[in-house]
Amino acid sequence: MHLKYEHRHSAHCESGVTSGLLSHHGLPLTEAMAFGIGSGLFFAYLPFLRLGSLPLTTFRSYPGQIFAKATSRLGVQVRRQRFRDPAAAMAALDELLDHGQPVGCQTGIYWLPYFPPGMRFHFNVHNIVVYGREGEEYLISDPVLENPVRCAREDLIRARFARGPMAPRGHLYFVARAEATADRRTAVLAGIRETCSVMSLPVSLFGYRGIRFLARRVAGWQERLGSRQATQHLGNLIRMQEEIGTGGGGFRFMFAKFLQEAAETLKEPRLEEFSARMTAIGDRWRDFALMASRNCKGRADETESYAVLAEVLLDCGNREREFFRDLRKLVGELRRSK
Amino acid sequence: MKRTEVPQDGGLFDGMHEIQYAVNENGRYVLEKSAGWEAKAVANSQFWRTVEGEVQQSIEDVRKGRLSPLRVYMALHQMDVRLLASHAGLWRWQVRRHLKPRVFAHLKPHLLERYAKVFNVPVDQLVRVPDNWERWEFIRRLAHRYDPGDSLYAP
Repeated sequence: MHLKYEHRHSAHCESGVTSGLLSHHGLPLTEAMAFGIGSGLFFAYLPFLRLGSLPLTTFRSYPGQIFAKATSRLGVQVRRQRFRDPAAAMAALDELLDHGQPVGCQTGIYWLPYFPPGMRFHFNVHNIVVYGREGEEYLISDPVLENPVRCAREDLIRARFARGPMAPRGHLYFVARAEATADRRTAVLAGIRETCSVMSLPVSLFGYRGIRFLARRVAGWQERLGSRQATQHLGNLIRMQEEIGTGGGGFRFMFAKFLQEAAETLKEPRLEEFSARMTAIGDRWRDFALMASRNCKGRADETESYAVLAEVLLDCGNREREFFRDLRKLVGELRRSK
Repeated sequence: MKRTEVPQDGGLFDGMHEIQYAVNENGRYVLEKSAGWEAKAVANSQFWRTVEGEVQQSIEDVRKGRLSPLRVYMALHQMDVRLLASHAGLWRWQVRRHLKPRVFAHLKPHLLERYAKVFNVPVDQLVRVPDNWERWEFIRRLAHRYDPGDSLYAP
């Protein structure tokens, strides 16, 4: 069993899967578009939630939301299923493949042997597309890899039933009906609008307020945690921002590309300016990561102290505040003028 | 980020590449393959150094009879009691008990098998401090990939 499925090397797993599955069903959609319509951009700093003793920082919305929102806004019908029994989960997968349906699967990346061991963490919301089976081997299009890969049945079962936080429980999903009923303009506007809202939430942990909150915390890390722990916190921040999946700058560049495409879809040149502004903000995030990593290496001088790092972050937060305020205004205008 | 600024520092695994979004000469966004960024590699290597430290500590604890060999495997696989318990299908208090060397020494075979399956090793290897050091060597390699000597674009 071997479907014709076009593998696309993407920056992020979930937006990559969304773009791949929809394109397969005749709705060409780039990764950035899937990410933008699905309102993937977000920020949250949750120091009371710990991942391996380090505070949780995220640059994206809750896992699963990009696919769910992008498809619903485009009027595409999807089906999803979770399982208790691994045998049933594999049987369902096999049946879908027999019907010529490529299937999105949520997996624990730690248990996928085709990844180099150095990239395998206990992370349970990695998305892949299974598009075929040959005997005991499954053909897999993993968006963050350059080429399609193969995975043994036993290993796939393990990955689909990984335990721990956000366990996949065999979660699979696929596109049931792909005629997009909704207008793409509306979908794009809805995507942007929601991103503006969540980035401006009136809670200090989320959105631009979250970034400014993090900045204030970073300023005090060295005194509060000691050098060793403080650098570990910094390292974790860099990894969350840049590790495989963000396309650079904590998804800011991917979002900027989305705005560029949105400018064409909506025939609204002003969005081009917003795209350029977002690129500049992303560059600032990259500056932060580079400076922070010098600090991690113990090579930082005065110009890379925690106070300076905090200033860069604060700058990111402030710029995003203005950015989303202005963008929201523009979107409101476009919605009214439709 | 401009297309020409997409880092090609290496540091990904097996010569892999990842996608970065960057702007080309005409200000249009393009997808560009990156061979890795040093800033990120530094952070990754720092992460592996903490894992390395934990494994080292666990080996010492086991050699001195403070904890059972289970602890070493947990450290090697970056698992805490909660995660191991859910993978082995046991309660957390059971795993905590099995970390005591005296309890572990008398563990029933079916329980040993559960752990062996999680860590993908034969049972007779599980009961000793592991001597298959492949994974351990690997973690050490990762941890010291970006030790001092590299530049990080220093003046």
